[in-house]
Amino acid sequence: MKCSVPASVKYDHTFCQGCAQGIVNRLIGEIMEELGTTEKLIVTTDVACGAMNVDFWDFDTIVGAHGRPIPTATGVRKVRKDCLSLAHLGDGAAYNIGMAETMHAAIRDDDVMALVLNNCVFAMTGGQTSATTMLGQRTTTSVKGRKKSVEGSPFHVEKALGDMDIAYLARGSVDSVAAIRKTKKYLKKAFEKHKNHEGFCLVEILTPCPTNWGLSPVDSMKRIREQVIPEFPVGEFIDRGGNE
Amino acid sequence: MQKIMTEIERCKGCYLCMANCPKEAIHLSGKVNHKGYEYIEVDQEKCIACGSCYQMCPDFVFSILV
Repeated sequence: MKCSVPASVKYDHTFCQGCAQGIVNRLIGEIMEELGTTEKLIVTTDVACGAMNVDFWDFDTIVGAHGRPIPTATGVRKVRKDCLSLAHLGDGAAYNIGMAETMHAAIRDDDVMALVLNNCVFAMTGGQTSATTMLGQRTTTSVKGRKKSVEGSPFHVEKALGDMDIAYLARGSVDSVAAIRKTKKYLKKAFEKHKNHEGFCLVEILTPCPTNWGLSPVDSMKRIREQVIPEFPVGEFIDRGGNE
Repeated sequence: MQKIMTEIERCKGCYLCMANCPKEAIHLSGKVNHKGYEYIEVDQEKCIACGSCYQMCPDFVFSILV
């Protein structure tokens, strides 16, 4: 089967060796090509590694305030109903700094799509503990490993938003070819729902951060498979049918 | 027959392609690109054009031609 990376995302990016941002960008580019909306996607990125995407894809991009891409993307959607509005952020932005914004977007069932890349650390700032850092994981602010008595338990988005009336909630991974194909299905479903104005869609993707985990790219993928997925199960959690 | 096209100047040497190739058709070339990474080479005879390397590569090195 002939395939090549869509021209809209095929840039010589400067993400670290083994960073999965490139894989996720390719998935977005492919889905936009399939839906025929490459020219109609407006992305709001967070102030973090993802903000570098301004230079690495053809989509119109806004860099929101730190942790607040979701309300910014909601505003974009309200004034440009013909365009798709994607909030592109990391676990630190969505679940630490912008937790209130994430929760209220879900409570209001805002017409916006959020894509959260969960790598279990604050990556760009040097690998500090984030809400999704796993118990026992060593980071620069939990040098002896995260302890429940000190830093609390990891945050699970499916437990927090699982009972809410939102359009779509899913978690994928990029640790293997099969996982990437599944993640693409989740993403495409979310984009289709978003295109039909069905409400709040959140897709979380488990990504590696080899630089801050102190592992090689191949070992990082192995860690996702063996340690991260048992803690953060992948799959679809909410799939509300119909246009509300 | 060439089944895969590689743009080796994009390679950052993460070797996720090597780890995920079902036919072990990808190996180290022993040469470095202008970024300073030792890049990979594809054995076109062993390759079955399954697209695993295309899926895994974060740096858009691969294009499947058949």
